[in-house]
Amino acid sequence: MDEQKEKNVITDETVRYAAKLARISLDAKEEVLFREQLSDILGYIEQLREVDTEGVLPTTHVLPSMKNVFREDIAAFSISTEDALLNAPDRTENFFKVPKIIKDR
Amino acid sequence: MRDELSCIDVCRKWLEEKPEISSRFVRDLLAHIKRIDQDIKAFAFIDERRVTERAAKIEKLPRDKELRGVPVGIKNNICIKGSLTTCCSRMLETFRPVYDAHVIEKLYSEGALVIEGLNMDEFAFGSSCETSCYGPTRNPIDTSRIPGGSSGGAAAAVRAGEVAASIGSDTGGSIRQPASMCGVVGLKPTYGRVSRYGLIAFASSLDQIGPITRNVADSALMLEVLSGYDKRDSTSVKIDVPKYTESLGKDIKGVRIGVPREYFLEGISSGVRRRVEEAIDVLRELGAEIKDVSLPHTKYAVSCYYIIAPAEASSNLARYDGAQYGYRAKNPADMTDMYISSRNEAFGEEVKRRILLGTYSLSSGYYGEYYLKAQKVRTRISEDFHSAFKQCDCLVTPTSPTTAFGIGEKTMSPIEMYLSDIFTIPANLAGIPAMSVPCGIAENDMPVGLQIMAGPFREEVLMKVAHAFERSSGHEEKLRV
Amino acid sequence: MAEYDTVIGLETHVQLSTETKVFCGCRNVFGEKPNSCVCPVCLGHPGTLPVLNKKAFEHAIKVALALDCSVQRVIKFDRKNYYYPDLPKNYQISQYDMPIAYNGIVSIRDGEGNTKNIGVTRAHLEEDAGKLIHDTGGSFSYVDLNRTGTPLLEIVSEPEMNSPDEAYMYLVELKRIVKYLGVSDCNMEEGSLRCDANISLKPGGAEELGSKVEIKNLNSFKAVREAIVYEVLRQKEILDDAGRIAQETRLWDEKKGITVSMRSKEEAQDYRYFPEPDLVPFEVEESLINSIKKDLPELASAKSERFRREYGLPEKDLEILISERETADFFEDTVKIYPAFQHVSNWIKGEMLMHVKEKGKDINSLGVSPEEFAEIIEMSVSGRISALSAKEVLKKTIETGEKPSSIVEKGSMEQLSDTGMLEDIVTRVVSENKKSVNDYRSGKEAALSFLVGQVMRSSKGKANPKVAGEMLRKRIL
Repeated sequence: MDEQKEKNVITDETVRYAAKLARISLDAKEEVLFREQLSDILGYIEQLREVDTEGVLPTTHVLPSMKNVFREDIAAFSISTEDALLNAPDRTENFFKVPKIIKDR
Repeated sequence: MRDELSCIDVCRKWLEEKPEISSRFVRDLLAHIKRIDQDIKAFAFIDERRVTERAAKIEKLPRDKELRGVPVGIKNNICIKGSLTTCCSRMLETFRPVYDAHVIEKLYSEGALVIEGLNMDEFAFGSSCETSCYGPTRNPIDTSRIPGGSSGGAAAAVRAGEVAASIGSDTGGSIRQPASMCGVVGLKPTYGRVSRYGLIAFASSLDQIGPITRNVADSALMLEVLSGYDKRDSTSVKIDVPKYTESLGKDIKGVRIGVPREYFLEGISSGVRRRVEEAIDVLRELGAEIKDVSLPHTKYAVSCYYIIAPAEASSNLARYDGAQYGYRAKNPADMTDMYISSRNEAFGEEVKRRILLGTYSLSSGYYGEYYLKAQKVRTRISEDFHSAFKQCDCLVTPTSPTTAFGIGEKTMSPIEMYLSDIFTIPANLAGIPAMSVPCGIAENDMPVGLQIMAGPFREEVLMKVAHAFERSSGHEEKLRV
Repeated sequence: MAEYDTVIGLETHVQLSTETKVFCGCRNVFGEKPNSCVCPVCLGHPGTLPVLNKKAFEHAIKVALALDCSVQRVIKFDRKNYYYPDLPKNYQISQYDMPIAYNGIVSIRDGEGNTKNIGVTRAHLEEDAGKLIHDTGGSFSYVDLNRTGTPLLEIVSEPEMNSPDEAYMYLVELKRIVKYLGVSDCNMEEGSLRCDANISLKPGGAEELGSKVEIKNLNSFKAVREAIVYEVLRQKEILDDAGRIAQETRLWDEKKGITVSMRSKEEAQDYRYFPEPDLVPFEVEESLINSIKKDLPELASAKSERFRREYGLPEKDLEILISERETADFFEDTVKIYPAFQHVSNWIKGEMLMHVKEKGKDINSLGVSPEEFAEIIEMSVSGRISALSAKEVLKKTIETGEKPSSIVEKGSMEQLSDTGMLEDIVTRVVSENKKSVNDYRSGKEAALSFLVGQVMRSSKGKANPKVAGEMLRKRIL
């Protein structure tokens, strides 16, 4: 992966790695499609390199007035367990039920 | 000062004549919507029972509520308790939130008749409303064309007279561009003006909720209702909400209007260019001082956006995994299989593409090069605006480089699609307010939008200029209920 | 056999005891019914947003100051992205490159009084995940999200501990400091204090560190010590055999007393950290730091020093009195009323802490006020009641809440110390036990004890044995 950093070539492996991190799997056709499209998009985005950003701070928040927003440590509303589980695809009593992690991937 | 009737006014007046928001009215309204929507599909679905129940509640409200009985459509990514809020994705097709978004609470408290279900691009990723899992919305003016996106349903419903106003969301132009394509008014407020609590997140540092309306007066009124501090949103600001309607009916003599040259280079259709230049002439005749300005980093806006937005989106959409809510694939082999299969089966292609792009640009080794770099370029873009607003009160540009294209025309090329947001994206990056108002017809007899941008929390300037333009350019229409 | 240096670093997570969670208003409580302390925010429902709990923020700064850390002037939060069913958003709001505190110290002191400073690399605020319960044998797991969103302070030490004992002492001291601040229960069994250990060995005196092994699933301080002991031996054996230590995560198996490989650390997670866009930056003003500093309670080590100076108590007494802030405060409140330092200390060390152990809470939960406690001790020391009776009175005060003086009266526990009253009894005992009297005269000390016993019997246990002994001595000799 390191050698590619200079050229930022998107390979099938790159796409597979991103897919794995994002918990998406792609079939062979999709891998090719996305590889091409991502390459195009990132190729276009390369132009950002032209911009001189020496000494520029990244924008983490658009408006500088935004800072120190707090909440008082006072209990507010919680929802009922029924509401919490309302949209659950699967449940047992008051728990969310999910398949076990069998293999550690 | 509202010196003529806005369509919300008309609506309200009509409703006042009938002492009750009777079930008859609701029934008629729903029939009216269904009839018109057959060809347009502005609504992904309609929940008749809930709308009727809400109407009954409104009857009991006092008469002085600003939006009493006014039908307001809601884009399907804004949470309404108990209603299907799906982002037009299979992933949330059965999801019912257990709370109301802040803006919904505001609309309820002003007596609006909230109508959920407006169609949109899946998870708001798109500029044409073609990626909805319910199928595309069609432009009411020419149903072979897109209404724009991602708030395509919201713009189409207002244009077609199905609702008096609608609420959409704008991350890179998703309110303004469809407003422009449908010939209606769309407003993206300053970042932090309207609470995002209850807006299903796309890109947290760019998203804003805003109104789409038939005219500027309605936009001012809606903005008054929607704006204000919400303690549940850390990015919501504690700045007083001015009476925006008081900016209406003012003259614009001496208002300094900047025209950034970078927005008039190649890529705009000739029709669009002409309409916008004519609009600038109108403004000049009204007494505004037109100035040539430069926003040198404009050309990097799309690149910047397409790193930041997908990156934040990839993280915001990680929660959709079939575990606690949303779509879960049948019989997953194990937990990892559940994650992967559910996301594969329920996400559309554009969503997957942006998630992959975003994940890649945040991944180890690439963060500095992509995300961090883009955020620095973003600062430069903000600085451009900051400088411009030192010499101008507002800026005008085209909203979109072309008029509405045909359905299916641009789906093969992501970049082409992304470039259609070139004029709207910068306002999101800088967090400034921006509005699109209709300024004529061009290619294929489709509407052209004039975009007006102002400094942070200077929506009054937008209202003033937009309203003055609207009055003199004769593009205003009344809603026939 | 080669000599190795053991290098240990500890990562502790401290659950802060605020009223509510770190980013929402749900109650921060332990042991409730599953999924009953949740809201759309901590459940990670679509459209929800975090808002920082001011108290959690202040607690974190308190800990930072107590650990002698530098406090970051501008704090931001970051998203740590990974997938797990106990993490509703599939990212954790944490802090990456600008943690709230850095460069601190925990001072440990061994039995001989030698001190060593263990560096604290950093401390940062983050939200806790929920609980995943595995169905052994079945193919499902069950998720309880009550705990998601609980405020955690992650404290990372420098790898400067060189033995299991040092690690143990570090934890004990860290717990003491944090408990003293009143910001956490620091209970490993309840999960309000969690610890992972990083252990590596290097050849004696070498500069370069060896492969790091992370040990998880440590549920008590004892486990931490034992796990480190085991792991060091395990690594030593491999190195002695010229093998390579795999950089990995291992789980401590309490029952078997071994560490078991979990996953290879080489396959490190790509967390894709980026600044949390839903939270704004936080500037820590000088005035806030100063006001927190001013309100910081006297910390354990300072208190220990002061106790040593003011009360002149031996080290082993100090250790016990200072161990809990409540105990130290109780001691001080008592000696303000009755300044018999050693007596009070003895009574706390012995009787009081025994009762605390039985009841399982802290010294204040016994319901004995410092005034009452002082009264009981004073009665014992002055001889008004016997020491045994005094223990009885304490027990009854705890059980019934009755005042000590009324318990003494009701039980007629007052010792007979009045020599006038004892005259007759002593006279009688002397005349009835001529043999013992003679034995005592001829030097048998034991005979005196017997005679004192007789006086006790005659007086139905009421006589003050000391006074009785004195009177007998005078009478006989």
